[in-house]
Amino acid sequence: MSDYILELKGIKKNFSGVRALNGVDFNLRPGEVHALVGENGAGKSTLVKVITGVHQPDAGEIQFRGQPVIFANSLIAQRHGIASIYQEPTLFPDLDVAENIFMGRQPLRPTTRRVNWKKMYEESSKILASLGMSLNPHTRVRGLSVAQQQMVEIAKALSVKAQVLIMDEPTSSLTTREVEDLFDIIRRLRDAGTAIIFISHRLEETFVLADRVSVLRDGYYIGTRAVCDIALSELIHMMVGRTLGDMFPKEEVQQGKVILKVDSLTKEGLFYDISFELKQGEILGLAGLVGAGRTEVARAIFGVEPADHGTIWVDGRQARIHSPRDALALGIAYLPEDRHQHGLIPTMTVTQNITLPILREFAHLGWVNRTAEERTARTFAERLDIRTAGLWQKVRELSGGNQQKVVIARWLGIHPQVLILDEPTRGIDVGTKAAVHQLMSTMAAQGLAILMISSELPEILGMSDRIVVMREGHVTGCFSRAEATQEKIMTAAMAGRSGEANTTSTQ
Amino acid sequence: MKEPIRGSGYISFFWHIANIREVGISVFIIILIAVVSIRSPYFFRVENLRDILLDIAVLAIVATGQTMVILTRNIDLSVGSGLALSGMIVGMSVSSNWSISPLLALLMGMGLGIILGSFNGVVVTKGHVPPIIATLGTLSIYRGLVFAVSGGAWVDAAEMPESFKLLSRNTVLGIPNLVLFAASVIIISYYFLNHTRTGREIYAVGSNPGAARVAGIPVDRIVFLVYVLSGMLFGMGGVLWVSRYASAQSDSAMGFELQTVAAAVVGGVNIFGGSGTIAGVLLGSFLLGIITNALNLVRISPFWKLAMQGLVIILAVVFYTAISRRLQQTLIVRRVS
Repeated sequence: MSDYILELKGIKKNFSGVRALNGVDFNLRPGEVHALVGENGAGKSTLVKVITGVHQPDAGEIQFRGQPVIFANSLIAQRHGIASIYQEPTLFPDLDVAENIFMGRQPLRPTTRRVNWKKMYEESSKILASLGMSLNPHTRVRGLSVAQQQMVEIAKALSVKAQVLIMDEPTSSLTTREVEDLFDIIRRLRDAGTAIIFISHRLEETFVLADRVSVLRDGYYIGTRAVCDIALSELIHMMVGRTLGDMFPKEEVQQGKVILKVDSLTKEGLFYDISFELKQGEILGLAGLVGAGRTEVARAIFGVEPADHGTIWVDGRQARIHSPRDALALGIAYLPEDRHQHGLIPTMTVTQNITLPILREFAHLGWVNRTAEERTARTFAERLDIRTAGLWQKVRELSGGNQQKVVIARWLGIHPQVLILDEPTRGIDVGTKAAVHQLMSTMAAQGLAILMISSELPEILGMSDRIVVMREGHVTGCFSRAEATQEKIMTAAMAGRSGEANTTSTQ
Repeated sequence: MKEPIRGSGYISFFWHIANIREVGISVFIIILIAVVSIRSPYFFRVENLRDILLDIAVLAIVATGQTMVILTRNIDLSVGSGLALSGMIVGMSVSSNWSISPLLALLMGMGLGIILGSFNGVVVTKGHVPPIIATLGTLSIYRGLVFAVSGGAWVDAAEMPESFKLLSRNTVLGIPNLVLFAASVIIISYYFLNHTRTGREIYAVGSNPGAARVAGIPVDRIVFLVYVLSGMLFGMGGVLWVSRYASAQSDSAMGFELQTVAAAVVGGVNIFGGSGTIAGVLLGSFLLGIITNALNLVRISPFWKLAMQGLVIILAVVFYTAISRRLQQTLIVRRVS
């Protein structure tokens, strides 16, 4: 089969006894986008690392352009024209775009061995232009948006004339529009004959972009299908052995009294006249495009950056929330979108992270009762099904989904009345997603009021009792679970008429 | 929703941010000079300006090496001791053998520095010792060796040949040699850091070590190199120091390492690596030199001098970070509105 540029057969890889890959086959044609899907821990990353020469397989064969090859390290793979773009851009923030593209390979003037800046900037401009990007190569990378940084990564891959381009979760922190731009570029590369391996947790993207899709599960190769021949439900079934209905285990809950009421909340330049109510046991979805002001509203309610005008009522009483401390005292907890920056302390253990805000409860005369602390942590870890080697494990060693559960566990520890979740399942795999959704449903059934910000429509539709849509700082729609559809929400999020804003003052 | 792609207007914006620190220090230096020259007209006398240049020359040389180390996210706390050790060994050699030419003495110092710097580099890259601890260790080792080789004794002016003392004191077209040495170091370092591949790789290593590895840059080799260069420069500084003061003492340049770090950081070099310029280090050295000189001129009690010096350094940094932040904010507000 010489029409494959890259072919892997029966790849096996063990890590100290753990089987990461167990006889995986994979092949790639020039000019195709081949998606690689599977839950976290399915072996996608390991497979990619085998292809890029970071790991060497214990068994199996790799053929590149029909010849068996051994990539002893990543530099050799790069020299064969295999480039990879990682989830987190590997760029130099202090240097400019052109230097980032050419670092380590700068063009030199032949006699003086001096860096040929002129040539470097010219070639960078050329590459960027060929990708349809109007990014100036003199711009410093610090301050570029994540999308623009990814463009720089792609430009870097092109400058080495990559024939195989591996993209690991390139869309996880991009806005809808940026994803479209990225896809345009990927298609352009594909049409020019580049073979692309595309990894994403967002299966819808796989369907939009990929030509073929290969599924891994627990280190085993499950199968490869042409995207046009497979339905989403079938693909999910291949990945997890579950069906789509299990993804959104929403329970019908008897709703209680209004616990949180937001009235005409305004913060100049960010959001205007936001009003809604949240009842005990209710999950309220806050939908909209990235940048619509949803996170800002949440931060105002939590007191991180209080609003300029408007009132917040908690449990029937007007609340003055000027800081997160005030909010916590009122039983409002907030799980931020960026769990690394605002949520977790990566170098501390699972136990320590869970009990951080409630440490006082275990302290007697300044001494922490470790047994009680650990008992509480264990209770939460079991309730949330946090998978660790032990509670003493450092949080940074956990998978993304488990890290997310640790943050949730921490806030449940303070017994909140209102839980605000900002993109609770971004960047975590399908299986863990379902577990987080199950957890939300259970918590709501126990009377917790949940405000969920999400950019994923299926999640909004699947989990919310009621949906409030925001666009450019204004509420542009409010729907009950029964009346909400993808079209209605997208219309309100992207082209909501100002007249609709009047219908918003809840119920 | 799409973020506007930055056009030429944004280039100048980023250029401003990159250079605003240098502008800020320059403004502070000018204000400082104005205040001091009102208090003491002597400041602008040629002898005094010359003194300032001579005082900061060695600092600028060693701080340049320190900067290269800091750029890679490391630090070299051994520069003061290393300077004293190189200076002492060369001083003793010269005093026992007057036929050693000044240039040979200088090369000897640089060679000794390279050896000491290599040791630092090996401990950090091969021994995987955190740079602060590694060079704190060698700070003590090198200082201890100064006492061991000298037996606590001095090499004083009478024991050195005139030619050796002239190494730093001679002038070319009225410019002291010492200043010329410093200027060459600065010009060569500027060229090295900005126009050679290795120089750019030094920035890359400090800006994102992981990405540097992915880009195929030999990170450990670069880190080793900057320690060697720092060593070479403090070795050179050691010889010039002994020549200038015409004495080699066991306690020379005590605490000098902190001055070099201060010169770099005050000059806008990011202590966490990745950014900083040679122009900045030069300005930082100037600022430190002018502060010391000014405090002498306005006759601050010697008991207060050190404290005052620290205070003015903090004031300087507060002043220019405030300026740069203000400017940044006005630019951002303009962008949003």
